[in-house]
Amino acid sequence: MAQATFRIWRGDSQNGSFQDYNVESAPGMVVLDAVHDIQGSQAPDLAVRWNCKAGRCGSCSAEINGNPKLMCMTRMSTLDLSQPITVEPMRAFPLVRDLVAHVGSNYRAKKSIRPFKPRPPDFPDGTWRMHQRDVDRVQEFRKCIECFLCQDVCHVLRNHGLHEQFIGPRLFVYSAALEMHPLDTESRAGALKHSHGIGFCNITKCCTKVCPEEITITDNAIIPLKERVVDEYYDPIRRLFRVFTG
Amino acid sequence: MSSIDVPLRQGRFGQTSRRDLWWVQPLVVFCALSAFLIYANWAAFQGEHFRFGPYLSPFYSPELWGDPVESWFGAKPAWWPGWLPFSAAIIILWAPAGFRVTCYYYRGAYYKAFWADPPSCTVGEPRTHYRGENSFPLIVQNIHRYFLYLALIFLFFLAHDVWKALWFTDSAGAATFGIGVGTLVLAVNVTLLGGYALGCHSLRHLIGGRRDLFTSNTRRNAYVCVSCLNRRHMLWAWMSLFWVAFSDIYVRLCSMGIWTDWRLL
Ligand code: SF4
Ligand code: SF4
Ligand code: FES
Ligand code: FES
Repeated sequence: MAQATFRIWRGDSQNGSFQDYNVESAPGMVVLDAVHDIQGSQAPDLAVRWNCKAGRCGSCSAEINGNPKLMCMTRMSTLDLSQPITVEPMRAFPLVRDLVAHVGSNYRAKKSIRPFKPRPPDFPDGTWRMHQRDVDRVQEFRKCIECFLCQDVCHVLRNHGLHEQFIGPRLFVYSAALEMHPLDTESRAGALKHSHGIGFCNITKCCTKVCPEEITITDNAIIPLKERVVDEYYDPIRRLFRVFTG
Repeated sequence: MSSIDVPLRQGRFGQTSRRDLWWVQPLVVFCALSAFLIYANWAAFQGEHFRFGPYLSPFYSPELWGDPVESWFGAKPAWWPGWLPFSAAIIILWAPAGFRVTCYYYRGAYYKAFWADPPSCTVGEPRTHYRGENSFPLIVQNIHRYFLYLALIFLFFLAHDVWKALWFTDSAGAATFGIGVGTLVLAVNVTLLGGYALGCHSLRHLIGGRRDLFTSNTRRNAYVCVSCLNRRHMLWAWMSLFWVAFSDIYVRLCSMGIWTDWRLL
């Protein structure tokens, strides 16, 4: 069995440092297994958030060798064990302790998005009918597990800390799921432009690259929302047309 | 157990925990786009060797002013400023250039490669201040759809150039049907540009994406087709960029007598 050295961030928001731990790497092992091994035998006070160990709950997000990933879905066999493997908490959020970051800002941002507002029911029994062709597009967005890796990698949050002006890729995916829903009647273009800061996104696609659910965040959610904002605010001919049609 | 003190917050330009060669991709994009820009500017100001037999370089198409016989409106216009060297290309090239500059793919690529905003994912940036596309000047990128309309018109002209490249003048002065390597070069050019422009995000929006209900299968199928090209938009963008420059080089070198255009038919 190969030896692996894990260089793990230990500390809180005030103080901290990386500490090295050696672990025996077994076949099929994932990074979360190694972290549990360290927690069990070398550092019982190591704080780490996890739940399903199956890539479903989105709790075990961290930065492995600088790349935002789910620890439970990162196999040791994909890493170069000849060098120490760094494991850090998500850097775009305030640190609680060790590998646990405070992701509360994402839930606050989510509350600021106008909720689903369906059209009146199609039938007296209070039900609706939707065409499959119309729901296909939003299906992809429902795969999100709220791991917030996309928020973590986004430079607008990570490097510029604009958490109050920019809701971030996860919440654009959420907005897109509502905004493009065939039954929804609400308009979110105004909020996207004015308070949700869609203009800060410079479409560099880092969010799409890290999404463990392979949601095409930038191309299928953010750019289509940007285009809807253009319809509403930046297309002179449309604006003129609206002046005449009211 | 050893302890290494590394500040957790990322501040410095280029600071990252990544081990891979993250700088390779932005560097390649920087070099490729710079090379294209330099060549396109040079070629646009040459004002000669853009026509060979029935072939017209895509940098000079449509030729609005220029050749008194071949161009649409005759020789160099009287209003052309004396200090600016005349070239048929610079009259029209702003439109395809604007289309590419405001393209969603290229925007993301050059913000990384030329502005380091960010240099690569999870890599420290050189500036602390950031406004993104939220205010002037980058807010102007939102006019992309208007450049799309122009690009679709250009596609039509470039397709017409391929048609004209099928007719060669024989020794008696009559037009005869034929296919040369140049015809194929121009045909590939319009195909690649078509794949690029028809996979545009703005087109995807206008053709169906802007609606929550597709209302008909035709609209939905059109949306699916554009989406299909859109999935490989980056690839189309690079292939068409390379090929449009190559098409100009091909016509230029044939016209200069350096390359020979082979007649296939
Ligand atoms: S594409 Fe936009 S939202 Fe995604 S990481 Fe880049 S700036 Fe952030
Ligand atoms: S969009 Fe993807 S990366 Fe972002 S929170 Fe959802 S699953 Fe995670
Ligand atoms: S523990 Fe649930 S996603 Fe990793
Ligand atoms: S988005 Fe690339 S051409 Fe429109």
